[in-house]
Amino acid sequence: MSNAEADLVIIGSGPAGMAAACEARALDMSVVLLDEQADIGGQIYRNIESAPTDRVDILGKDYEAGRRLASDFRNSGVRHLCGAVVWNVALDGSVDYVENGRSQQIVGRNVLLASGAMERPFPIAGWTLAGVMGAGAAQILLKGSGALPNGPVVLAGCGPLLYLLAWQYLRAGARVEALVDTTAMSAYVHAAPYGVAALRGWRDLAKGLKLLSALKRHGVPFFSRSSELVIEGDKQVEGLSFKRRGRSVRIPASLVLLHQGVVPNTQLTWSTGAAHHWDAHQLCWLPETDAWGRLGETPLYVAGDSRAIVGAQASAVQGRLAALAIGERLGIKTDAARREALLRQFKRYTHIRPFLNALYRPTDENRIPQDPGVVVCRCEEVTAGQIRRYVELGCLGPNQTKAFGRCGMGLCQGRFCGLTVTEIIAQARGAAPEEVGYYRIRPPIKPVMLGDFVH
Amino acid sequence: MDTEALFSIPQTGEPEAVTVTFDGSAFTVPAGISVAAALLVSGVREFRSSAVGGVPRAPYCMMGVCFECLVEIDGVPARQSCLVPVKDGMVVRRQIGAAHLDDASSGEEP
Repeated sequence: MSNAEADLVIIGSGPAGMAAACEARALDMSVVLLDEQADIGGQIYRNIESAPTDRVDILGKDYEAGRRLASDFRNSGVRHLCGAVVWNVALDGSVDYVENGRSQQIVGRNVLLASGAMERPFPIAGWTLAGVMGAGAAQILLKGSGALPNGPVVLAGCGPLLYLLAWQYLRAGARVEALVDTTAMSAYVHAAPYGVAALRGWRDLAKGLKLLSALKRHGVPFFSRSSELVIEGDKQVEGLSFKRRGRSVRIPASLVLLHQGVVPNTQLTWSTGAAHHWDAHQLCWLPETDAWGRLGETPLYVAGDSRAIVGAQASAVQGRLAALAIGERLGIKTDAARREALLRQFKRYTHIRPFLNALYRPTDENRIPQDPGVVVCRCEEVTAGQIRRYVELGCLGPNQTKAFGRCGMGLCQGRFCGLTVTEIIAQARGAAPEEVGYYRIRPPIKPVMLGDFVH
Repeated sequence: MDTEALFSIPQTGEPEAVTVTFDGSAFTVPAGISVAAALLVSGVREFRSSAVGGVPRAPYCMMGVCFECLVEIDGVPARQSCLVPVKDGMVVRRQIGAAHLDDASSGEEP
C-alpha cells in the first residue's frame, strides 16, 4: 500500500474520464486516472491512438473525433495508470486497485467514477452458445484488431450501435447476412411525441437516417418488427429463427451479434452504497446524484454513461462539468461563463435522447424471458423458470435469489443478470422494480488474488 | 483449432507479430491485440467450460463485464482474456469449470 494522493482520481478513460481530466488539469488540480484497459479511449474510442488510418476511415467520423480528446488528454499532464483494475472505492476517497499483480491504494480528495456503459443483457434461448456475442463486442474487435466475421453473420436487436456496426462492416467489405430488427411498431408511436424535440438534435437524427438508408441501398436483408428470437445450435450457433408478421423465418449463421442498447455500468456506484433509482425510460438503475454528478455528501462524483446513457459527446461535457464542480469544492475559482457554455452543449447533445429511448426501448419479451429454459445468470446457470419458482417460494428480490440458487454469485458478480433478475421478479410479483431492488454489490468488485496483497 | 475461426484479421501488413500457444497449439497473431481477440481469430470457439453445467462458453462482451472469456494465462487461472494484451511466448489454456486452488499455485514452489 502506498500513500499516494491526488486532488482528483478518475476511474475510466472513456470520453467522460478523459475530458474531466483535461478540465481538471486546466484548473491545475493534480489528477490520476486509472483504467483497466491497456490503452485509453474506453469502449467508444477503443484503440483510438493506434488504429491505422484505413480502420479509422471504416469506423467513421464519430470515432475519429476521439483522436483530439485523446491527444488533449496526453498533453494535459495527467498521470495515467493503465492496466489498473479498481476493486474498491471507499467513501473517504481511497481507491484500491491491482496493477501488475500488486494491490495498491491511492487517496483522491475527490473521485470521479466514469466506468461507462455495458451491453444490455439480451436473454433469449441460445444466447449462451459460443458464437453469440454482443454487437458492442464485435465492434470492439473491429476497433482493437481490425477483425471481421468470417462466416455468415446475423445482427439482431435494435438501437443505433447495431445499425452502425452493420454500416462499418459494409465499409470494411464484410458481408452481413441479415439485420433482424426487434423495434416494435408501438415504439414508433411512442417515440413520435419526442420527434419534435429530436429535430433540435437534427444532426444526430440525420446521421441515423443516413445509416439506415445506406444499409438498404447495399441490399442488406432487413427484417423489421421481428419477435420470438431463438438462437439455434447445439454447442455452437447454427442459425437464428424468429417470427415476422406471423411467419417463421430461419437464417443460418455461425455468428449472431445481439444488441438492444447499452445501460450504465453501475457496479462501482452500487458498491459504494449510493442510492439508485429505476429509470422507466432507460429501463435500468441510475445512481442518485446532484446536478454535477456528486453522490450525496461524499467526495465521489459520477459522469458519463455510468450516470445515465447520454452518448460520447454529452459524456465528455458531463465530465468537464463534474471537474468544474470538484474545482469549486477544492476552493478553486472557476469560470461561470464556461459552465454555462458547457450546459448549453450538454443540452444540444442530448436533445435526441428521449426520442431514442422511446424508439429503441427493448420489448418486454427481449428483457423478461417467458421461456422458462432461458439462462439468465450465465455464471451460475440459473434460468428464468427457476427464478420465477423462487418467487413462488417467497423470494422477494435479487439478493434472496442468491440463497435460493446462487443466482448472481458467479464471477461477473451479477453484472450481466442483475437487470433481468430485477425485472423477472417484479413481473412475477406484480411489483415495481424499485420495490424489488437490486443485488447488494460489495467490494472487491473485481476478482483479486490473495497474492496481489503480499508483494 | 476447434474449427473455422469466427473472425479474421485482413492482411494489412501489421508490423509486429507474436506467437502464443493455446492448449499446446501455437499460433501467430498481430502484436497489441487482446488474448481474447487472438484466440477468436485463431479458431478457438470454446474458451472455457461453464462452472455448473460444463458446457462450452466463449466471449460475449469483450469489455471486461461478462466474465465469459476466462482462460488460464501463464499458469494463472480465471483471467479475463479480453483485458490482457498478447505477449510473445504466452501460454494459454482452456479453463475447465471453476478455477481451482491447485491451478493457482502451479509453477510456484512452496
